[in-house]
Amino acid sequence: MSYNWNWDIFLSPTPSGESTYLGWLLDGLQWTLTLSLGAWIMALVLGIGLGVLRTVPNRLLAGSAAAYVEVFRNVPLLVQLFIWYFVLPELLPTTLGDALKQTDPLAQQFFAALLCLGCFTAARVCEQVRAGIASLPRGQRNAGLALGLTLPQTYRYVLLPMALRLILPPLTSEFLNVFKNSAVASTIGLIELSRQSQQLVDYTAQAYEAFIAVTVLYVLINVLVMFGMRLLERRTRVPGYIGSK
Amino acid sequence: MSMIQIENVSKWYGDFQVLTDCSTHVTEGEVVVVCGPSGSGKSTLIRCVNGLEAIQQGRIVVNGTALADPTTNLSKLRAHVGMVFQNFELFPHMSVTDNLTIAQIKVLGRSTAEALARGLAMLDRVGLKAQASKFPGALSGGQQQRVAIARALAMDPICMLFDEPTSALDPEMVNEVLDVMVELATEGMTMMCVTHEMGFARKVADRVIFMDHGRIVEDASKDDFFGTPRAERAQLFLSKILQH
Repeated sequence: MSYNWNWDIFLSPTPSGESTYLGWLLDGLQWTLTLSLGAWIMALVLGIGLGVLRTVPNRLLAGSAAAYVEVFRNVPLLVQLFIWYFVLPELLPTTLGDALKQTDPLAQQFFAALLCLGCFTAARVCEQVRAGIASLPRGQRNAGLALGLTLPQTYRYVLLPMALRLILPPLTSEFLNVFKNSAVASTIGLIELSRQSQQLVDYTAQAYEAFIAVTVLYVLINVLVMFGMRLLERRTRVPGYIGSK
Repeated sequence: MSMIQIENVSKWYGDFQVLTDCSTHVTEGEVVVVCGPSGSGKSTLIRCVNGLEAIQQGRIVVNGTALADPTTNLSKLRAHVGMVFQNFELFPHMSVTDNLTIAQIKVLGRSTAEALARGLAMLDRVGLKAQASKFPGALSGGQQQRVAIARALAMDPICMLFDEPTSALDPEMVNEVLDVMVELATEGMTMMCVTHEMGFARKVADRVIFMDHGRIVEDASKDDFFGTPRAERAQLFLSKILQH
């Protein structure tokens, strides 16, 4: 195979001359990080709320949360993104839809991707929160209530702190997935990390270098997330409880 | 005065009837032991007293407040009805101190210092002052149950409900918990105890209620219950558990 390796390519200036190819990658990395972290925060807040609703003794609330999960978990992520980006503006009242289409295209792409990833991941977080709460002994809820805590207080002080600790390992997987799933944003034109690497190949034909570099960057993000979550697991460990050392 | 009034209470899980027309009462300062074979509905009955389980028929009144009354604030009522569970149900992610103070602070609105003082006093009372900073997971079952009792007492309850408090304990630890309960009883605490500890019943109970298949089949003074139980099922139960 005669492939002309050229690692210096990253330091070469881009055709427009205002950046290097490495600069492009870092630019993409920035979008990937902003999009993923934003979506993760949204998914945590929404997912914990929905997960709690799935376990409350009220059919309407539990049913609505279940319906949410079924919709967002069963429609392919890519289809959801297209709905947020292409279909939603058409469904809004004409003036609002038109106003939306007039805004900065980059903002449109970013917020469509953010809502899409956040809502999709929230459905998955919700299911884990529900499983975590369900795995606690039934008596814990009764003990909280018997002390006079209201149901919301029982969730806040008794059930959620333990349930969230129990689901930290699977939550780590979800956190990692958000970064990987964020690559779908490239399909609506957001130049995040994976799209930047393709662009780099288009311009330089140095496919191996580009994809190796982008792989390393994704791995780096995920290793950092894993260490962070491990640290959190260790910090929040409950002395003498199953699963702690 | 009647502290707990249970009137014609029936309860179903779906089609299955777990409680049938149960009526009894606990007067102030009285210690009532509820016993009976497993599945007889005694734990369900005691959980109905503070509204942890809903009833479909009948009426329960605690300290003059009807549970089913829509104006009743159940949380407020429960704050003053102490409950001790079979599996302790301490909050595992909180230290003993936090277990003792959380409800005092969040429910009764006590200051942290006030709650701490009250909590530690109760912990001292159950003989565990040295364990204040430990987590529940580091304590033995008997110790955990005593902390659970202290947690309930710290709320200054008007009565205490015990739901098989010694059933999950190693035999060696049963007495340390019973000792605390006996002391409470002799001090005049109103208590309703689901338990199989007949020694405890003999020592401090004023009345014994015997349940079978969701019905109260015997509701008698302690002496009558152990001396001349009227219900056949209660006689059989006693003959089986008092042999040894």
